[in-house]
Amino acid sequence: MIKILFFGQTRELIGVPSCEFQQSSLTVLELRDLLSARGDNWYYALTEKSCLCAVNQILVDDTHLIDNGDEVAFFPPVTGG
Amino acid sequence: MNENLVIIDATPIKINKYYDWLSQSPIDGAIVTFTGKVRSEQEKVQSLYLEHYHGMTETVMVKIMDEARQRWQINRAIIVHRIGHILANELIVFVGVSSLHRLEAFMSTQFIMDKLKNDVPLWKKEKTLYEESWVEAKKSDRDSLKKWY
Repeated sequence: MIKILFFGQTRELIGVPSCEFQQSSLTVLELRDLLSARGDNWYYALTEKSCLCAVNQILVDDTHLIDNGDEVAFFPPVTGG
Repeated sequence: MNENLVIIDATPIKINKYYDWLSQSPIDGAIVTFTGKVRSEQEKVQSLYLEHYHGMTETVMVKIMDEARQRWQINRAIIVHRIGHILANELIVFVGVSSLHRLEAFMSTQFIMDKLKNDVPLWKKEKTLYEESWVEAKKSDRDSLKKWY
């Protein structure tokens, strides 16, 4: 199982702060595509808009392989400071 | 004397105690600080809401200060960032560095702020009298980072 977190506008568009996913050993892109198929708002937030991904709190690209037990986070480009 | 301090706080930033911490190193002759405020042109912005990724925020901040240490000889380094609801004209961020001489402190403070703007998982939502909207990442912030690489 993997835990998925959403932050900022991504969280607001999707409507939930987190969810769980049973399948593991898939790439970030595969997960992004599977989640994007859940509805128009998911597709818009995760695929259409600029959306970054961190695995275990480290920024990764779409080819990164997600393992069982990983913490995955999706969020927009950052705007702190 | 190489020490990093990261503070993420939902209450107003009190600069004095952090400045006192920065000034504790007797070998240092320089302290440089940067303070960022909520800007409101013609009182348009009423407040900001700052969201963060707890854990990753703190880790990335320490990593940025450690990268600054690889480039310049600095001693104490601090990043204080406000989260939650912040009113116009209140402080959002405080960054400070102490070092033997001023050049290292100036350069590393600027480097830390440029990196913070681009790498730390924080997101701003702006509230005006009429609407709320998420702030988009700026090209100028990405450009500011290029000078360091």
